[in-house]
Amino acid sequence: MRIEFLYWDECPSHDQALARLREVLAEEGIREEVHIVRVDTDEQARALAFPGSPTIRIDGADIVPPSELPLGLACRVYFTDDGRVIPLPTKAIIRRALRGAV
Amino acid sequence: MISFALPATDGRIVRPEDFAQARVFGVIFTCNHCPYAQAWEDRLIRTQRDYADRGVRFVLISANDPARVADDSPERMRTRAQEKAYPFPYLFDETQEVAKAYGATRTPEIFLFDAARVLRYHGAPDDNYEDPGAVRHHYLRDAIEAVLTGATPATAETKPVGCTIKWK
Repeated sequence: MRIEFLYWDECPSHDQALARLREVLAEEGIREEVHIVRVDTDEQARALAFPGSPTIRIDGADIVPPSELPLGLACRVYFTDDGRVIPLPTKAIIRRALRGAV
Repeated sequence: MISFALPATDGRIVRPEDFAQARVFGVIFTCNHCPYAQAWEDRLIRTQRDYADRGVRFVLISANDPARVADDSPERMRTRAQEKAYPFPYLFDETQEVAKAYGATRTPEIFLFDAARVLRYHGAPDDNYEDPGAVRHHYLRDAIEAVLTGATPATAETKPVGCTIKWK
């Protein structure tokens, strides 16, 4: 399993999102390395198909496949299970994606 | 406080002087697209509604360059203000001069003034953008309560948390 964490430094929750990802990996007993990719330019964002920060991919698949998000340097919108907007994925979102990939 | 004259989503030109009777006046830089702004949006709406009868008025300002973020165009600002039934004017700072004059850098970022228009609080709405039920420090509400009772807010400044303003 290849786990990638892509982020843009101007979005303030990337540290929290990375810590959350690592927590869930530990809770699920997954010892794979997290490949961290810092995205700094629009060109890099387009090349990486980066829809916003933070983005987590497992074996190349986004844990929440974006529908019509433009690519570029932006903070990304996620939704809780009860529909609230949040700027980083919940542990439940990350866990579901990991279990689906195992 | 720094004055301004900016167009609202309903076409009116809005100035702080229009709210001369307000006992507390909040200038809040925000935008449509930012998840932090969206996460706090309902709390700002609720706070405005809760305190409207006590002379508290907010104006929201988006200074983002729509050429960089299409979701922050004046047309989409109008749509969002209507969809969410904003109880405050939503202004477009096209030249970004107002945001620069205030020194705003993030969305959302609050500047709260007392009746004499002295800045009494600057920063984030509260300490938890993720979960309204887990907020421990209600910075904005606590500052409003303090100002309304003639007291000094216990917390006058916090670090604004949110997306960066998208400059031209």
